Amino acid sequence: MARSTSNDAQALFHSLRSAYSATPTSLKIIDLYVVFAVLTAAIQVVYVAIVGSFPFNSFLSGVLSCIGTAVLAVCLRIQVNKENKEFKDLPPERAFADFVLCNLVLHLVIMNFLG
Amino acid sequence: MQAEQTEWGEKSKSGTMYLQFYINENGDKVYTTKKESPLGLATESAHPARFSPDDNRARNTCVIITAASLGLSPSNSYKFSFQLCNDCKVFQVITFVCLQAFQRVVIGWDKDVESSQVTAVSCLSTMATRNLGGFLVLILAFTICGAATVFQPISDSHRSTALELFVPAGGSFGSLEETYEAVRSFEILGIDKKPDISSTACPSVLETLGSSSSTPKDLLYALRVNSILKCNVNEELLKGIVPRLKAAVNDASSLLEFYYSIGSLVLIKDQSSDADVLLVDADGIFHSIKALSQSDGRWRYGSNNPESSTFAAGLAFEALAGVISLASSEVDQSMIGTLKNDILKLFDSIEKYDDGAFYFDEKAVDARVHHGPLSTTSSVVRGFTAFAAVTSENLKLPGDKILGLAKFFLGIGIPGDTNDFFNQIDSLACLENNRVSVPLIVSLPITVLSLTKKDQLKVRVNTVLGSDAPPLTVKLVRASISGSRDISIESQDLKFDKESGSHVLDVLPKTLDVGKYVFVFEVVLHDSEHEEVFATGGQTQVPIFITGVIKIDSAEIAVLDSDLGSIETQKKLDLAGENVVSLSANHLQKLRLSFQLTTPLGQVFKPHQAFLKLRHETKVEHIFVVGNSGKFEIVLDFLGLVEKLFYLSGSYDIQLTVGDAVMENSFLEAIGHIELDLPEAPEKAPHPPLQPVDPYSKYGPKAEITHIFRSPEKLPPKELSLVFLGLTLVPFIGFLVGLLRLGVNLKNFPSSAVPATFAILFHLGIAAVLFLYLLFWLKLDLFTTLKALGFLGVFLLAVGHRILSHLASTSAKLKSA
Repeated sequence: MARSTSNDAQALFHSLRSAYSATPTSLKIIDLYVVFAVLTAAIQVVYVAIVGSFPFNSFLSGVLSCIGTAVLAVCLRIQVNKENKEFKDLPPERAFADFVLCNLVLHLVIMNFLG
Repeated sequence: MQAEQTEWGEKSKSGTMYLQFYINENGDKVYTTKKESPLGLATESAHPARFSPDDNRARNTCVIITAASLGLSPSNSYKFSFQLCNDCKVFQVITFVCLQAFQRVVIGWDKDVESSQVTAVSCLSTMATRNLGGFLVLILAFTICGAATVFQPISDSHRSTALELFVPAGGSFGSLEETYEAVRSFEILGIDKKPDISSTACPSVLETLGSSSSTPKDLLYALRVNSILKCNVNEELLKGIVPRLKAAVNDASSLLEFYYSIGSLVLIKDQSSDADVLLVDADGIFHSIKALSQSDGRWRYGSNNPESSTFAAGLAFEALAGVISLASSEVDQSMIGTLKNDILKLFDSIEKYDDGAFYFDEKAVDARVHHGPLSTTSSVVRGFTAFAAVTSENLKLPGDKILGLAKFFLGIGIPGDTNDFFNQIDSLACLENNRVSVPLIVSLPITVLSLTKKDQLKVRVNTVLGSDAPPLTVKLVRASISGSRDISIESQDLKFDKESGSHVLDVLPKTLDVGKYVFVFEVVLHDSEHEEVFATGGQTQVPIFITGVIKIDSAEIAVLDSDLGSIETQKKLDLAGENVVSLSANHLQKLRLSFQLTTPLGQVFKPHQAFLKLRHETKVEHIFVVGNSGKFEIVLDFLGLVEKLFYLSGSYDIQLTVGDAVMENSFLEAIGHIELDLPEAPEKAPHPPLQPVDPYSKYGPKAEITHIFRSPEKLPPKELSLVFLGLTLVPFIGFLVGLLRLGVNLKNFPSSAVPATFAILFHLGIAAVLFLYLLFWLKLDLFTTLKALGFLGVFLLAVGHRILSHLASTSAKLKSA
C-alpha cells in the first residue's frame, strides 16, 4: 500500500510538473515572484521567533510588505491569465499598471510603519 | 496654641524704656539714654510702637485696657482699646509671663516720669524668648468698662512729635496756612525754632501782604503768621490793606468771606498801632452773618447753600466775636443774647463717648470738604472761646461739657497728621485760657502699685497744657475692689508734694490686699471763687492694680495608684526655686500636684491662670487647668487620659504655670520629667497632631530623586541580525536566478525612439519613487515625502500611461494581425 501511494505521489508530481510547464512564461515569472516574497516573509518570521518581537512594528511592516506584494502579484496573475473568462477584456498592461500603483501605495505605508 | 501666640500682636511702648535717640545735625540717628539731646531738644524713645487692634476674645464686662498717649511714632498714636477677658479660660500662658515682666518694668522704671505716660507692659511673643530682651511693650491705662479713662495732659512727647511732624520740605512749609499751623503749634508748645523759620516765611508774608491780588484768605494767614513770627512789616503796608478788607466785608455774601476779612482786620488791629479798622456798620454786618444761622445752632455757608454745618457755626462765632471787638459803637445787646442762645443750642447737639469725652460732628456729609469730629470740634471751640473773650457777661456753658471737650482732645493722643496736630493743640490752647471754664485734668502717672516696694499713690491735677492748677485738695472718696461693693478705704485726703507737683497718699492702708481696685477721686478747690472759673468734673474713677508677692507653699507632686489611692512616689517641690523631679508612672496610676497660694495679708489667692503642661519628647503638648478648692490641686488619671495623650509613651516634661495680673512672682516652672508607660495604640486611634515644620526648611535642599529609566530591551547580538539580513537577500537572488532560467528577455522593449524614452522614464520613475521611500525611511518626514510623491506620482502616471497604452496598442495590433 505504501508503495502504491508513493507511486501515486510520484505520478501526481510528474503530471503537475508537466502541466505546469505548459503555462506561459509571464505567469511563471509572476509565480516565481510570489514564491520569492513568501520565502522572504518566512525568513523574517523565523528571525522573530528566534530573537523576539521587540520592534514589533518593524516585524509587522516587513512581513506585511512581503505578504502584500505577494497578494498583489496573485491578483496580477489572475487578471493577466488568458484563460480567465472574466478578465478577457482587460488589457494586461492595465493590470500591470494597477499592480505597480498598488505596490507603490503599499510600500509607502510600509515605509511609514517601519520606524 | 502656638497659632494663637501672635494674636496678641505687638504693643506700643512708652518713654519709660531707657533707650532713646535723637537726630543730630547730619541727620543721623544717635542712640543715647539721656532725656535731652546735645541740641537741647528732647530725645525720643527708640522702641517703635506697634499694635494689633483685632483682638476677638472680647467678652462683656471685662477689663478694658485703653492706651493713653503714646510713644513717639506719630503714625499710630490714636486712641485704641482692646479687651482682656477676666474669665476667659483660654488665655495665653504667655501673657502671664508678660504680665509678670510688666510688674518688673513698672516697679523698676516708673519713678519721676514727668512727661511720658503711664504703665508699660512688656509682652513677649514666645515662651522661649522669656529671658531674652525681645520685648513688645504695652501701654495700659486701666479702666472699668464704660467708666472713665485716665487722660494725660500735653507732655514732652507732644513736643518731640511736633518737631518730627512739622518738618519744612525744602526749607519752607509750603503754603502760608501750613506755615501758620507749624508756627502756632511751636508757639503753644514752647518750642523755639523761630530764627530759621522766620527767614523763609517772612519774605512770603511780606509778598502776600504787598500784593494787590491776594485774597482775604491769603491775607488772613499771612497776618496770622506775622503775629507769631513778628516779621518787620511796614505800618504803611498794613494800612494800605485796610480799605480793601473793609470793602470785602461790605461786599461779602458768604460766611467764609466774612470770616477771612474780619479775621484779617482783627489781626491788623493788634499788629498796627493806629490803623483805622473799626467797622462803622457793625450791627448790619452782625445781622447779615446771623442771617445765615439755622434754628439748631448750626450755620450755612452762604445764602444759596441750603446745607448747614457745625464747622461753619464755629467760623461764624469767631467772625461775630471779631465784629464785636471791631465795632465802633456798641453792638445791640439783644443780638449778642441771641448769639449766646445759638451757642447753647449748638451745645445741645454735642455727642459723647463712653469715657466722658464730648465732641461735635457733622451730620451732613459734604462731598467737597469733609470735616471730621476733630476739625469740627476745634472750630467750635475756637469760636466760642473767641466769643467768650469779647463779651462782658459770662457765657453759661456747663462745666462738664467743657471738660468733656478737653478730654476729647487729650484722648486723641498724639496725632500723626499736621492738620490734626494743629487742631488739637490750638483747641487745647483756647481751652486753657478761656473765660467760660478752664478744665482741670486729673491724671495718675502710675496705676499699678506694688506692696513689696511700698509704692505711693500719686495723683496730678493740671490744666490741659500741663501747667499748674490753682490750690486744691484731692480727696480719695473711696476705694473698692472692682466688681464688688465692699469699700476698702474711705475718705482720705492726699497731701500735696511741692517738689513733684503731685498729690500723694503716703501710706497705703494696711488692709489693702493685692487685687484690682477702683479708686474714686474728687478735686476740691480751696478758693470758692475758682469754682466758677475751673471745671473739675466731679468724681473721677480710676482703676488701680495693687500687686504683691504671692507665697506658694506646701507644693508637692505624687504618683498614686489608681485603685487604692496609695501613694507610690511623693516628692516635695520648692516652686520658688529650681526643681528637677523624675517620676515614672504607667497608665494605671494617677499624678497629683497640689500647692497653696497666699497673699501678703494671709488671704487665699486665686490666680487667673494655673496650668500644668505635659510635653512629650516628640513635642506634642497637653495642657490641663489646675482646679481650685481652697488649695490648688490637679489629679491626672492616666487611665482616662490615654487616648488624649495619643498613646504616646515616653518621657514627658512637666511645666507648671501660675500667673495673675497682680501677682509679682508669676512663674512658669519646669518641674521635671515623668516617664509614662502607656499601652499600644489600637488601629483606629487618632494620630497626634502634626508639629509645625520650621518654615525655613522648605528652602533647604530636598531629597534626591532617583530616576528609574525603562531598562532597554535586550537586543539580539549583532552577528545574528546580520546573518538574517543576508538570509533575507537569498530569496531575492533566487528570484533573479529563476528569472534567468525562465528565459526572461527584453524583446518587448520598444525599439523606436519616443516609446523607448517613455519606457526608460517609466522605469526611472519607479526607481525614483522607491528611492524616495528609502529616503523617507532614513530621514524624511511624511509631509515632504507626500509632497515629493505627489509630483513623482503625477509624472509616473503620465509616463506610465503613455508607455503602457503604446504597448497595449502594439499587442492589440499584433493580435488582430
